[in-house]
Amino acid sequence: MSTKRTVDVAIGTSGLDEQGRPRRAPLTVNEGGTVTTLEPPPALEDALELEGEHMLINLGPQHPATHGVLRLVLELDGETVVRCIPHIGYLHCGFEKIGEYRQYNQVIPWTDREDYLNSIGNNVAFALGAERLFGIEITPRCTVLRLIAMELSRIISHLVWLGTTCIDIGAFTPFLWAFEQRERVYELLERWVGARLTTSATRVGGMAADIPAGWMDQLQHFIKTFPKTVDEIDRVLTTNGIWVGRTVGLGVMSADEAVNYGLSGPMLRASGVAFDVRRDFPYLDYETYDFEVPVGTHGDVYDRYLVRMEELRQSTRILAQAAARLPDGPVDSDDHRVVLPPKSKAMSDMESMIHHFKQVMEGPRPPLGESYVAVESPKGEKGYYMVSDGTAKPVRWRIRPPSFVNLSAIGKMVEGHLLSDVIAINASIDIVMGEIDR
Amino acid sequence: MGLTARPSDNLARTDTASGSGESWVATRLDLLVNWGRAGSLWPMPFGTACCAIEFMATAASRFDLARFGMERMSFSPRQADVLICAGRVPFKLAPVLRRIWQQMPQPKWCISMGACASSGGMFDNYAVVQGIDTIIPVDVYVPGCPPRPEGLLYGILMLQEKVKRERMSDASLRNEMDPDPESGLYIPPQAIDELSEPFGNSVHQTRSGL
Amino acid sequence: MSASFSVVIPGSAAPDAPAPATPRHLPNRGGAVNPSADALRARFQGGILRVEVIWGETSVYVERLRLGEIVQWLHDDPSERYDYLSDVTAVEYRDPEQPIEVVWHLRSLPYRRFLRLKVELARDGKTPLEVPTVWSIYKGADWLERECYDMFGIRFVGHPDLRRILMWEQYREGFPLRKDFPLRGRFSRAEQLRQALAANPEARYSMEELTVAQAFEDLPEAMRKRLKGGERTGE
Ligand code: SF4
Repeated sequence: MSTKRTVDVAIGTSGLDEQGRPRRAPLTVNEGGTVTTLEPPPALEDALELEGEHMLINLGPQHPATHGVLRLVLELDGETVVRCIPHIGYLHCGFEKIGEYRQYNQVIPWTDREDYLNSIGNNVAFALGAERLFGIEITPRCTVLRLIAMELSRIISHLVWLGTTCIDIGAFTPFLWAFEQRERVYELLERWVGARLTTSATRVGGMAADIPAGWMDQLQHFIKTFPKTVDEIDRVLTTNGIWVGRTVGLGVMSADEAVNYGLSGPMLRASGVAFDVRRDFPYLDYETYDFEVPVGTHGDVYDRYLVRMEELRQSTRILAQAAARLPDGPVDSDDHRVVLPPKSKAMSDMESMIHHFKQVMEGPRPPLGESYVAVESPKGEKGYYMVSDGTAKPVRWRIRPPSFVNLSAIGKMVEGHLLSDVIAINASIDIVMGEIDR
Repeated sequence: MGLTARPSDNLARTDTASGSGESWVATRLDLLVNWGRAGSLWPMPFGTACCAIEFMATAASRFDLARFGMERMSFSPRQADVLICAGRVPFKLAPVLRRIWQQMPQPKWCISMGACASSGGMFDNYAVVQGIDTIIPVDVYVPGCPPRPEGLLYGILMLQEKVKRERMSDASLRNEMDPDPESGLYIPPQAIDELSEPFGNSVHQTRSGL
Repeated sequence: MSASFSVVIPGSAAPDAPAPATPRHLPNRGGAVNPSADALRARFQGGILRVEVIWGETSVYVERLRLGEIVQWLHDDPSERYDYLSDVTAVEYRDPEQPIEVVWHLRSLPYRRFLRLKVELARDGKTPLEVPTVWSIYKGADWLERECYDMFGIRFVGHPDLRRILMWEQYREGFPLRKDFPLRGRFSRAEQLRQALAANPEARYSMEELTVAQAFEDLPEAMRKRLKGGERTGE
């Protein structure tokens, strides 16, 4: 697990300070073209006198940099944030309530739309939770297919994060590159399940469809060519003076704070906590894959960026391993309490017909019980908690939203930073309002 | 508007046949203005949910919204021509959407992108407005959940078509919709209730239990 | 590298524990119990009502008023170290006789353990819908508890700022995730829309939240009026 971070200092930055962070003091260019740092201006003696009234600024709910309909009320002293009060709920659509009125398989379309950057990953997570509740096992082929789906969805989610964050911080080109790669993943998904964004790809006990012929070649091609884009974006951003200047040292969370605030995913790992659900509470046989959990060392916006970039590479690595081991065989489990029997048998075999009838008319019923299945979504620990009272519809379908918990720390993170840095910090959380408000 | 003749699709006529050697152009003013308007609509993306992601995909490299004169996203409603409401609008957001619409200067249009914005979509519950047309007037509805980028582009082309057909003499077009002082609503309460009635499969899926 | 950034590795407190693996063939009831459950029983005896293992996940039912103490111990004790709060939520069953359950999901990163704590709130009309807050132990509980209050009306005693979070503050229809709350809400659509539109979108912060509150009297007249207005014109 790599904890080392190297920052190649580009022309735009002015070297590293003792702590190994790029400096961000003002620069001057000497005659010979070399760059030196000016000492930061000494603090004003009479700074106290300049302290004026606090000002309230309302950011959102309609603001291009709030990634949806987040609203932040900021109390400013000059340009420094004294206090930040987030307001959420502008996208509260009652997912959990609706889940209580739908059968398990019928809930799956809702999981698409709740963290809509990670639709297919949510489908898988929900199916895993429901399967634990039903007590059924999935086939080896299905396991690998689901893992491929999860990693693809991590890639497209991180790409959206990358694109929108670049726009927030002032770079437009990486957005176009990222979205072009996204379109390629969309093509894959579309060939597989027929939808670009709202995939509804899984069913309890299996998948909606097996992959079509030739799909694997397309995936292999993607795996081969995708890292090139990551490298390109890496080259443009990682050592870019503006990028470094606008991300380093912002929104720092120490490891202890991050754990105490319940942060998860890249936010937590950037703070130096190597917690990854895939590694520590594995599902879908993640323990048998060879991948690294990148960890940051400073817990700032820049580290979160580095961690996500590394995760893109690691996901590609996992995809390559999964593609190599995809076994043949059936995709759906043969437990016909839950999975519809094949049509041919439903017509001829008495028992299959009864299963078919019961499933269609009443829906599959899990035994009394409850299950909490957490997966590592691109935002962090995403959990589905389901409680069954023996009927065909869950009594409670709870979503443990990672970005909701991550966002709750924003007040702490932006305090004392400049107003313009609030945008960068907010972007670094990777929020999805659909998931936060549900 | 009554029975005015449909404007001809030809923007202008040129006539060089008179032999004077001069060329000249004759057109109707509103045709010219509308042509200009339709080709340079500034969208105000009001993206809330999943549809906003497809909207971003439409604006990005592969589908390239700029081809239709719309690359200038206007995140401030005061410089925008067309509100693209992409995504669900819960009740908590309703006054915000309404305020943004009021802040947009005339002439303005609205595209409702996706099933949720148009009708509440699959969210027939306590939290979601059943169609933004109960709050603001809508010109083009784009169906789909989410609509594909091609679908959105088609909707935009339809809006351009609509803009080109407008007549300046039609006073009803540029009216602001004011709320009814008594109910505070924009369309009659009965109409809202009727529009929001559950239908089809949704009626049967509301019973708990089973 | 400053001291607070020592890398935290989950599982580090139990180095000889077998590497975690994908759980398979979990039984509906019974199976391996989380060792913390026994430790809890030994330590809090009467405070622990019962322990269930469902699909391999251990649920510990604890007494309502001793919850704070129990969580504090789980958090601090060097042999438990439940330092990570995953989730706080509640469950109401369709059967109106069954108690409402408040559920905490805790993780111990150093020991790689997962534990579910439950408090049952009987619906006998005598038990208040109140549980102690864990906010003072886990900062991450702040919003989770607010959400639980917003959706179920369960009060977390000791929470510093227990307000609605997802619905707006003057929402009048009740607590949406309660079973007696209809899917489409209590009011007609037109009434819901009317109430929503009557809200002042700028009015959703209260003076109490702001540090300017102390300076209120010194503000210019016009600003005071506006802030006051914003405070009052409730939704
Ligand atoms: S129409 Fe579908 S895709 Fe669009 S916002 Fe609604 S649920 Fe999301």
